[in-house]
Amino acid sequence: MSAECPKIARKARLRWDDRDAQYMLLYPERGLALNDTAAAIVKLCDGTRSVAQIIVELTALSGEPAAKVSSDVHEFLGRLAERKLLE
Amino acid sequence: MSPSRSARPPRPYTLIAEITYRCPLHCAYCSNPVDLRAHGSEMPEADWLRVLDEAAALGVLQVHFTGGEPLARTDLEAMIRRARDKHVYTNLVTSGVPLERARLDALCDAGLDHVQLSFQGADAESSRSFADYDAFEHKLAVAAWVRELDMPLTINVVLHHGNIGSIEHIIAMAERLGADRLELANTQFHGHALQNRAALMPTLAELEHAQAVAIAAKARLKGSIDVLFVKPDYFSKTPRACMDGWGRRFVQVLPDGTVVPCHAAATIRGLEFERVTSARTVGSIWEDSHAMNAFRGEAWMPEPCKSCDKRAIDFGGCRCQAFALLGDASLTDPACTLSAHHDVITRARTEPNADKRFLFRGR
Repeated sequence: MSAECPKIARKARLRWDDRDAQYMLLYPERGLALNDTAAAIVKLCDGTRSVAQIIVELTALSGEPAAKVSSDVHEFLGRLAERKLLE
Repeated sequence: MSPSRSARPPRPYTLIAEITYRCPLHCAYCSNPVDLRAHGSEMPEADWLRVLDEAAALGVLQVHFTGGEPLARTDLEAMIRRARDKHVYTNLVTSGVPLERARLDALCDAGLDHVQLSFQGADAESSRSFADYDAFEHKLAVAAWVRELDMPLTINVVLHHGNIGSIEHIIAMAERLGADRLELANTQFHGHALQNRAALMPTLAELEHAQAVAIAAKARLKGSIDVLFVKPDYFSKTPRACMDGWGRRFVQVLPDGTVVPCHAAATIRGLEFERVTSARTVGSIWEDSHAMNAFRGEAWMPEPCKSCDKRAIDFGGCRCQAFALLGDASLTDPACTLSAHHDVITRARTEPNADKRFLFRGR
């Protein structure tokens, strides 16, 4: 399932950071500063959407070419998986 | 003052809340001050809650509840709840003693995000030998409870001459326990560890073997366990970027409310660190207290740091180590091979340790 419908791991928490005006993904003793695209991907990783659906929704949201969105999504999901931030 | 002081001070990302020095264990490498009896007072709950509010307002995103043994405080749950109310990520740095399952449930319900559990090694004898306490079986139980609650678990083991040879067993234990992270932290020689330096010092061969094993494990366990191997600065060419720079990314509050850049800074004679009060916030101390600004930026640096192209990488190393070993916190960390006093490090590497006995904390 996880490969098809990525979900942010329970241990990770998304929060807005006022001071630097950006989203942060917090996990044990660490944090990732997220740009707008990365934050949008995290919000869509709720375990109900496939990667393909995430790409479709993000393409609609961002107005960017689908090929670029697709490569952004795959690259970022890879980074999250490496840190065990997906379940 | 220097140009670097006129800029707004950096933003701390992490609060290290050292809420008590009480601890049932007696680790020979404990980083707490050696004169613990001189640091008896502990801030009450209401003051700690205010510290958490003020730290969150200052931009802190992570809090480490540590000590001593933070479980010794019965108001830990209230502190965790307050940190979570402020959307701060909560880490408990614990020996697991004393902890019962019901208390862990309560901590989890309060909003605890992550448990970092220390082990002295991969067997019961290690707890007795290095912490003078029979804690091993209980630690195994605590690790299992953390995983039952689906909370992330970090296993932390301080490495030294007495346990570094069993690094393979330590890694295998972390795998069995389902750890998310494994910190293999070579002893930093502060506090009690400096007193026990000769007995704790690994040999170069031991260290090289451990490092090779850790690097292989890191590759093998990628995506499963995050393996961190913290090299000892006594064996490095350059000093470590202690705390990622003085008063830069970490703010620490001692049990009595003293605000410091690291756990050992209060040992530096001549620096007056301030305590939080209802009139003096964590933020105001962080930003403008003399001691907190003493080693920020580069204006304080002597040679060879001042003209070194690595000064923005290692920040001149550890101020507390320069003070402890050389008596002057404003000298280059002697761990640096460019230090005029580097011989105090090279000599310590080969101090004979065969017949050394530990001085246990609190014994």
